[in-house]
Amino acid sequence: MPDGYEFPVDRTQVMLFARAVGDINPAFCDPKDPATVANGGIVAPPTFVQCSAHWEPDYALDLTRPGRKQRAGGGGGLGRGLHAEQHYEYHHPFHPGDTLYATQKAGERWEKEGRRGGKLLFSESITEYRNQDDVLCVTARSVGVQTEKAVEQ
Amino acid sequence: MTLKVGDKHEAVVVENIQRTHIVKYAGASGDFNPLHHDDGIAKNLAGYPSVFAHGMLSMGLTGRMLTDWLGAASLQKYGVRFTKQVWPGDTLTAKGEVTDVKQEGGKQLVTVRVVTVNQNGESVVEGEAVAAV
Repeated sequence: MPDGYEFPVDRTQVMLFARAVGDINPAFCDPKDPATVANGGIVAPPTFVQCSAHWEPDYALDLTRPGRKQRAGGGGGLGRGLHAEQHYEYHHPFHPGDTLYATQKAGERWEKEGRRGGKLLFSESITEYRNQDDVLCVTARSVGVQTEKAVEQ
Repeated sequence: MTLKVGDKHEAVVVENIQRTHIVKYAGASGDFNPLHHDDGIAKNLAGYPSVFAHGMLSMGLTGRMLTDWLGAASLQKYGVRFTKQVWPGDTLTAKGEVTDVKQEGGKQLVTVRVVTVNQNGESVVEGEAVAAV
């Protein structure tokens, strides 16, 4: 069995995720649609693997998950963290019924001076999603930034 | 479908985005960062004028323009930078333009520059996608 936490790909979750990104493409929800059949089954929207967060133990942005200890201070350290970049590479298709296994590792870290002063601290996180046959399906690279000040508009 | 450099496609991917859209994305994605649903925390703790949409919601909405245009299972790569926050009330238009086409394995490997703009023409997402069509 591949390393990492389990992320079973479920038809309902694919449908919910597609709706949440405003997408009613039958390829994401209708098993009988000709496009779905041509794709070898229902496929997921391009950013779908984000919802592996539901399966990630101690996911940082779900402080109200049952059984989890709240961090002190309500908002915890979340107030200054922003998502700067997100990149995906799609290596192999997956469909409902497949189980993905996600492994995460830290990538580069760097610092920049913000346009209006204050340091911006960037850090990269790389998640690989392998299926039950240990075939790499998706690589996700996320870049987060911590700001000293709220980002001005 | 045959594509060539310079081909363009655009779509309004959300009109007048509501807090409800943002909350729906939070539920589906599992990202419950309170900056995206709790005005009190967004204003008082973090100093923002209100809640704002997840960057990943903008990227997801933008993805629809790509998959409607290029095919639901066609993407090989998709990456973006988040260039501006999306606030309740914003309307987003996602735009793609073909910048490179290669032949590979009987398919076209198409590189697309992606920009999503708000109702003021300011970009909120900028990036690139590669699709096999």
